[in-house]
Amino acid sequence: MNLRAMLNALMGRQDSKDVAKERLRLVLVHDRASVSPEFLDKIKEEMIQVISKYMEIDENQTQINMHHSEGTAVLEANLCIKSIRRNM
Amino acid sequence: MGEVIVVTSGKGGVGKTTTTANLGVGLAMQNKKVVLIDADIGLRNLDVVMGLENRIVYDLVDVVEGNCRTKQALIRDKRYENLFLLPAAQTRDKNAVSPEQMKKLCDELKEEYDYILVDCPAGIEQGFRNAIAGADQAIIVTTPEVSAVRDADRIIGLLEAAELEESRLLINRLRPEMVKRGDMMNIDDILEILAIELVGVIPDDERIIVSTNRGEPVVADSNSLAGQAYRNVVQRILGEAVTFLDLNQNHSFFSRLKRLIGFGG
Repeated sequence: MNLRAMLNALMGRQDSKDVAKERLRLVLVHDRASVSPEFLDKIKEEMIQVISKYMEIDENQTQINMHHSEGTAVLEANLCIKSIRRNM
Repeated sequence: MGEVIVVTSGKGGVGKTTTTANLGVGLAMQNKKVVLIDADIGLRNLDVVMGLENRIVYDLVDVVEGNCRTKQALIRDKRYENLFLLPAAQTRDKNAVSPEQMKKLCDELKEEYDYILVDCPAGIEQGFRNAIAGADQAIIVTTPEVSAVRDADRIIGLLEAAELEESRLLINRLRPEMVKRGDMMNIDDILEILAIELVGVIPDDERIIVSTNRGEPVVADSNSLAGQAYRNVVQRILGEAVTFLDLNQNHSFFSRLKRLIGFGG
């Protein structure tokens, strides 16, 4: 820690570049997570394809969305299973 | 076979045109055959930065519409005979050119020239899509500010989506004394956020404004630190590993004094 950083810590102050970096980090999480509905539909379609090999899915009750909390982005999928295929 | 490099940024006013002009002159100084394309239709400026504004006869739109041959529209630079400018049209809009036409033009120029640098307009609309259409690689220009880095991030995403894999970052207008004070993001801060390869760092330098006033890119000025930084970027484009400049060097009392009494910096 250099002298300036120590002074800042003592005075409870933050370098303006660190404020900039933190704000940038947050805004980019938001920017990168705001994806188009078409993109999500594509993911949904492909997920259903893969999972359908093992289970029967109720497509009408399937939901997928993306949100962000506490600095990370989360992809959330809710799939309603009708039955599990026996012959796997 | 030549290489097409698009110079882009998203945000306006970060130095795309100045960068294009300097890299173009720098490559020409290394005896490469270079064409600079101004893709900013309606807001052309590369001509004035190059000091070639009085020589324009035909422009980019004339070429793609077939009003002239490509060769007729290329303006030869005043000092470097292997450097050419293809100016943008000033009285048309961005839809006057399509990505397909742009790609065809770049492919044609690649046959004869070593480097084709495309000066991309600000924004992410049609003009951007045109400018990147024929590109093999991209140089993304940013400044150490929140808004410019944010837009650079968006551009990196769009370039990835367009499958233009080879993108490198140029950080412009860095002010070492502000970085030292903790009042400007440093190179590592920016690279950490954007996670992209660095091609160069250009210090903020008054000489860029002076040389732009004269229409003579600073890269040819051996006394300018920014000029040296641009020459290093040129070496990296040519595939050489050059260490990054210590940007604090010209702020020493001794080098300032030397510059003051006219011995260069």
